Amino acid sequence: MYRYSEFDSAFVATRNAQFRAQVARRIDGSLTEDEFKPLRLMNGLYLQLHAYMLRVAIPYGTLNSTQMRQLAMIAQRWDKGYGHFTTRQNIQYNWPDLRDVPDMLDALAEVQMHAIQTSGNTIRNVTADHFAGAAADEVADPRPIAELIRQWSTDHPEFQFLPRKFKVAVTGSPMDRAVTKAHDIGLRIVQRDAEIGYQVIVGGGLGRTPMIGKILHEFLPEADLLPYLEAVVSVWNLLGRRDNKFKSRIKITVHEHGIEDIKARVSQRFAVIKPTFSGVDQQLLGAIRADFEAPQFRKAPTHHFDAAYNGNALFRAWADTNLSAHRHPDYAIVTISLKAHGATPGDASADQMRVMADLAERFGHDELRVSHEQNVILPHVHKSDLPVVHTALREAGLGTANIGLISDIIACPGMDYCALATARSIPIAQEIATRFDALKLEHEIGPMKIKISGCINACGHHHVGHIGILGLDRAGVESYQITLGGDGAADAQLGERTGPGFSADEIIPAIERIVRAYLAHRTSPDEAFLDAYKRLGLAPFKDALYDQASAYAAE
Amino acid sequence: MSREFTPKVITANALLEGDVVYLTADDSWTRDLSDADVLTDEADADLRLLSAQGRASEVVGAYLANVSPDADGPRPTHFREEFRRTGPSNYFHGKQAAR
Repeated sequence: MYRYSEFDSAFVATRNAQFRAQVARRIDGSLTEDEFKPLRLMNGLYLQLHAYMLRVAIPYGTLNSTQMRQLAMIAQRWDKGYGHFTTRQNIQYNWPDLRDVPDMLDALAEVQMHAIQTSGNTIRNVTADHFAGAAADEVADPRPIAELIRQWSTDHPEFQFLPRKFKVAVTGSPMDRAVTKAHDIGLRIVQRDAEIGYQVIVGGGLGRTPMIGKILHEFLPEADLLPYLEAVVSVWNLLGRRDNKFKSRIKITVHEHGIEDIKARVSQRFAVIKPTFSGVDQQLLGAIRADFEAPQFRKAPTHHFDAAYNGNALFRAWADTNLSAHRHPDYAIVTISLKAHGATPGDASADQMRVMADLAERFGHDELRVSHEQNVILPHVHKSDLPVVHTALREAGLGTANIGLISDIIACPGMDYCALATARSIPIAQEIATRFDALKLEHEIGPMKIKISGCINACGHHHVGHIGILGLDRAGVESYQITLGGDGAADAQLGERTGPGFSADEIIPAIERIVRAYLAHRTSPDEAFLDAYKRLGLAPFKDALYDQASAYAAE
Repeated sequence: MSREFTPKVITANALLEGDVVYLTADDSWTRDLSDADVLTDEADADLRLLSAQGRASEVVGAYLANVSPDADGPRPTHFREEFRRTGPSNYFHGKQAAR
């Protein structure tokens, strides 16, 4: 894992000291809220519905056990004993007092973490495939380049007042687990013969105007990546619309100017910038890469795993859903579900964080990951240790076997916390999970991604959910709009709206009607919901949704 | 004709805790909506709001929120204000826990 250099530590310490003074000046009245707001946002501090919220970056989703324990300590000492893992590989604390935030930031700095640029019109936390460095299908580990981008983008003088926020995601695997096509810039590491290069995707994004990213460069050499990124952001920084917040993201710039025009401008700018890169970025990258060397994988028999798998039904169910193929045949990637049926998606208590930290330290080469799907991952666990890990997780309420299933729901905080929300998300997620758990249909349904956003900004990625749910305020009542057929994987696709929305009371039965229509129409249990949808289109689901609704209304 | 002025309270978030607060009749801040001053005169409401917004060392983001007067005091007319006066629905945190 990357360790802060002296420069990193000094930079974060200086920034924290500045922010401490800014908070003091806000409290003593020297700064107005208008003056303070951009400063606090630069440091990840929001004012939400009921309290302040501190958003802490987990760069490219990677953590060690010491950092996870510190997150637990912060949750307990300055918050209400839990944290919320988000769709952008951040953790949010929902209840800090303004006076405590500087101490929280210092506590983060002790373990080489920060909240810088987790908000504001800057380049945000760089996200990556949560299986990075572990996945069997990986071309290369995306984290070294993500770390280089973090260093380059942090406090980049040209990019502190961008037209709007700017999000970068990197994947090193053809199975896109980082939703790269829904980011301002998505990077995919690709291999041509023996050479590694980058496919650069630009102008993706969800929110009010959802767009799938377009390919800006098919195969960019690694040495050109940073100057090329700088050229892209620089072009948008000048061209991006500052007159209208809703048209300011690069997806609109690309849409308005066309990808060819943007390509030409970027090439031109790149030609100017490239000579100013002395090659020091490549030296840095080399050093960073050494920090991400794979752990020494253990050679040991795996018969403990085989025995538990064959003899313990609970373990088998969990292994079938929560394990993924590791690059080492004797290892597995463990996804720890933060989606116990009825719990808040993405929340972990301080105690649970400590359990996960302990397991990472004892059985996982001291590594943890946070996924955009709001779960926590132990990327390197030897198969013989899995039965013990599973037992420990179960005891901590972390043993739910539902990864990739209908209750593994992404949900933004919604109107339970967020000041921007137009409706609640969390209770809808809780009810869907408990409903399908009660029906005992979850495993029968198979792969299913439900994603819920409590407003048009789409933090819950509803556009790319197999079933997407968008909560809106319709004449003073919470109303939920459904989209179907969205896909956040390699062939990203936006979902299609079914029609009129449903009230909070109607939305769970509506989801159930969609699911039952799928079960009735699928060719076999091997045909997943998304495949059935691609074959059948919207019509049969629409019929199930609305004919039924009118039948109810007629009763 | 301009729209009829409906009853309102002045609400904001406390600077230090971020907690939801309401303006009382004696111009202090309360954490409890039932103690809020219900404003029924538009000119008075605008004036009180301006003065509330000037109290930057106490609160953030003061605004007028619709209420309907009730025997037990004002009640929110919109669900957002209902959540603000109660707290989140997934945990017993915030105002509901403080009561």
